[in-house]
Amino acid sequence: MTLLDQLDPVLLARAQFAFTVSFHFIFPAFSIGLASYLMVLEALWLKTGRGVYANLYRYWLKIFAVVFGMGVVSGVVLSYQFGTNWSVFSTKAGPVIGPLMGYEVITAFFLEAGFLGVMLFGISKVGRRLHFFATCMVALGTFISAFWILSVNSWMQTPAGYAINDSGQFIPAGSWWDIIFNPSFPFRLVHTVTAAYLTTAFAVGGVGAWHLLKDSNNIGARKMFSMAMWMAAIVTPIQIVAGDAHGLNTLEHQPIKVLAMEGDYQPSPNGAHLALFGIPDDDEARVRYEVAIPHLGSLVLKHDPYAPLPGLVDFPRDQWPPVKIVFWSFRIMVALGLAMLGLGLWSLIARRRRRLFDSRWLHRAAVVMGPSGFVAVLAGWVTTEVGRQPFTVYGLLRTVESNSPIDGPAVAASLIAFVIVYFFAFGAGVYYLFHLMAVPPHRGETEPDNVPTRAAGIMPGQTLNAPSLRGGEPHE
Amino acid sequence: MSNIDLGTAWAAILCFAVFAYVVMDGFDLGIGILFPGLSPGTERDQAINSIAPVWDGNETWLVLGGGGLFAVFPLAYSIILPATYPLIIAMLLGLIFRGVAFEFRWRDPRHRPLWDLVFTLGSTVAAVSQGITLGAILQGIDVANNAYAGGWLDWLSPFSLLTGIAVAVGYSLLGATWLIMKTEGSGQRHARRMALRLGFGTVIALALVSAATPFLNNVYWRRWFDMPQVLLTAQVPLLVTICTLVFFWSLKRGGEKLPFLMALALFLLGFIGLGISMYPYLVPRSITIWDAAAPHDSQLFLLVGSVFIIPLILAYTAWSYWVFRGKVGTEGYH
Repeated sequence: MTLLDQLDPVLLARAQFAFTVSFHFIFPAFSIGLASYLMVLEALWLKTGRGVYANLYRYWLKIFAVVFGMGVVSGVVLSYQFGTNWSVFSTKAGPVIGPLMGYEVITAFFLEAGFLGVMLFGISKVGRRLHFFATCMVALGTFISAFWILSVNSWMQTPAGYAINDSGQFIPAGSWWDIIFNPSFPFRLVHTVTAAYLTTAFAVGGVGAWHLLKDSNNIGARKMFSMAMWMAAIVTPIQIVAGDAHGLNTLEHQPIKVLAMEGDYQPSPNGAHLALFGIPDDDEARVRYEVAIPHLGSLVLKHDPYAPLPGLVDFPRDQWPPVKIVFWSFRIMVALGLAMLGLGLWSLIARRRRRLFDSRWLHRAAVVMGPSGFVAVLAGWVTTEVGRQPFTVYGLLRTVESNSPIDGPAVAASLIAFVIVYFFAFGAGVYYLFHLMAVPPHRGETEPDNVPTRAAGIMPGQTLNAPSLRGGEPHE
Repeated sequence: MSNIDLGTAWAAILCFAVFAYVVMDGFDLGIGILFPGLSPGTERDQAINSIAPVWDGNETWLVLGGGGLFAVFPLAYSIILPATYPLIIAMLLGLIFRGVAFEFRWRDPRHRPLWDLVFTLGSTVAAVSQGITLGAILQGIDVANNAYAGGWLDWLSPFSLLTGIAVAVGYSLLGATWLIMKTEGSGQRHARRMALRLGFGTVIALALVSAATPFLNNVYWRRWFDMPQVLLTAQVPLLVTICTLVFFWSLKRGGEKLPFLMALALFLLGFIGLGISMYPYLVPRSITIWDAAAPHDSQLFLLVGSVFIIPLILAYTAWSYWVFRGKVGTEGYH
C-alpha cells in the first residue's frame, strides 16, 4: 500500500486534466476552422454553381462529422471534470465562471448540435438555402463556443470584476462586462481562433498536397490546396502580429509567465537577450548551454532593444511556473509559426511563377506541415496553461488548494481508465480520419450504393445523388 | 427579485433540463442497450438511422444539467460529483464509447460487430451509472463543512443498484417504443415484442423503487403518506396505473405513437415522484436549493439569457425533429 499512499491526488488530477483537455482541444481546434471552411465552400457553391465546391463540401463534411463527434464526447468529460477532480475550485470560482460556461451551453452547444443533424443529413429534406443556413449556424456555434470558453480561461489568467466573500468564494462585483472582457480575453480570443483557422488551413493544405503529389490534375485537390495556401500566406503574418500583441499583454498582467517563457532568470537592466536554445535550470537560476541573440528579447517584448526587463529572481520562488516546460513549449510554438510563414511565402512565390500545382517540393513540404497547426496549438496551450501555474485563478487561488477531497488511488484509477479509453476510441477515430483523407476528392463525390456509409449514419448514395445536390457539374 | 425566487426558478429550469435529457438521450441509450436483440443488417441500421440526426442535440441537455448545476448551485455540484466520482467517470467513458461507436460502425464494415458491441456496452454503462447516481443522491450524501465527507464507494448500496437497473430498463422501454414509432416491417414487429416485456419490467422497477424510497428515511415517508397531502401524492400512483393500462392497450392495438407517449408519461410521473420526495433539497437532508445557490447576481445573469434562449433552443430542436419526422429506411432519408 505504500505506493498507493504516495499517489498525490493534485498531481494526478492535473495530469488527468492536462491529458483530457489536450486530447479534446485538438478536435475543436479543427472543427472551428473546418466549419467555417465548409461554410465558405457551400457559399461558393451556391454562388457559382460549380461542382468542384459541392464535391469538396461533401468530402470535408464526412471528415467534419467524425471530428465533431469526437469533440463532443471528449468535451462532455471536461464539463464534469471540474466537479469530480476540482470541486474546491468549482465552489469558489463557480459563481463567476459558471454562468459564462452556462452561456456557452445555451448559446453555442445547442446551436451546433441542433443544426448539425440538418447539416449532415438534411440536404435533400430542407433545400439548399436552408441547408446553407444550417451550415452557418454550426459554424457560428463553434465560434460562440470559443468566445465563452476563452473568456472563462482568460478570467482564470487575468481575473477582473470580482470580489471575495467570507467563505472565500469569488463573486461577481460590478459589471459582468468586466468579467467577460477581462484584460487578456480579446488577445487570447483572436490568437486562439486564428490558430484554429491556421490549423485547418494546414491540414486541408496537407491533404490537398498529398493528392497533388499523386495526381496534379485532380481539380478538387488543386482547389483545396490553393485555398489553403492563400489562408496560410495571408493569415500567418496576422497571427504573428496577434501573438506579439498577446505577448505584450501577458508581460503586463503575468510578467512571471513571460519571464519563464523567455528563460530570463536574472534581471537585464540594459535590455534582455532572446534565448534560441538552452536548458533552464531553476536551481542555478540560469539557462545552461544558452544560445542567444542580444537585445532581441527586449525588442520583442518592449519594442525597444535597450528596455530593461526584470528576472524571475525578482519574484517569489513559490510563484514560478515549471520553467522548463513553458520555455520549450513556447519555442515549439514560435518555431512552427515561423515555418508556417515560410510555407505561406513559398506558396506565393510558386503561385507567381505558376508552379503552385507542379512544385513537388512545395507539396512535400505542405504534407509535412499538415499536422503543424495541431502541434502549435497544443504547444501554445501548454505555454499559457502551465505558465499559469502554480495557480488556478492567477495570483489568487493555488492549484494545490483547488482539488476535490478524493483519494489518490481513485484519481489514479480514473486517469488510467481515461488513457486507455482515449487511445482506443480516439485512436480509432484518427485512423478513420486518415482513411477518409487518403481517398482523393473526386467529381460526383458519393459513397458506394446500398451501404449506409455516412459517418454518423446517414449519407447514403441516394441522398448524394439527389437532384437538388447536382449543381452544375461542368468539366473543369 | 429575491434570492428564494431565483433559486426555485433555477431548480425548475434544471429539472426541466435533466428531464429533457432523460427522455431524449434515454431512447438513444435504450436503443444501444437493446442492440444485441436487433438482427444485424436492416434492423440495426434502421435503429441507428433513427437517432443519427438527433443524438448530438440530445446529449447536450446533459451538459446543460451539469453546467447549469455548476453555474447556479456550485455547492451542490462540488458535493455530488466527488460523492459519485466512479459513477460519473464510468458514465463519461460509456458516453464516449457510445458516441464514437455510433460514428465508426459505418466507416469500418469489417469491424462492425465490434463497434456494435462497443455501442451496447457504452450505452448500458452510461444508463446504469446514471441510475445508480440517482439512487446515491436519493439515499443521501455524507456532507461536512460544505464538502463531501464520505469515501469513494459510499454510493454503492442495494437501493442504488436497484435504481441503476430501473433506469436501464426504463431507457430500454423508451428505445423500444421509439423504434415502434420510427421503423416498419420486421424491425417494428421486433420492437413491439420487446416493448411488451420491457413495459412489464419498467412498471415492476418503478413499483420497487417507489416502495423502497419511503423507507430510506422518515422525511420521505411523511412526504408521501401524511394527511392531507396523501390525497395529492396518491394521484401519482393512480396516474401511473392509468398510463400503464393505456400503454399495454395501445401496444396490443398496434398503436405506433401512443406507446412512446405513454412511456414518456411514465418517466414524467416517476420524475414528479422524485421531486415530491426531494424538494427542496438538492442533496437530500443536507443541502437545499437555497444553501447551494450561487450569489444572486450569478443566478440572475444566467437567468436573463436563459429565459430568452431556452425557448429558442426548443424551437429549433423541434424543427430539427420535424425535418426528420416519419419512418426511417435502412439507407437513410430519401
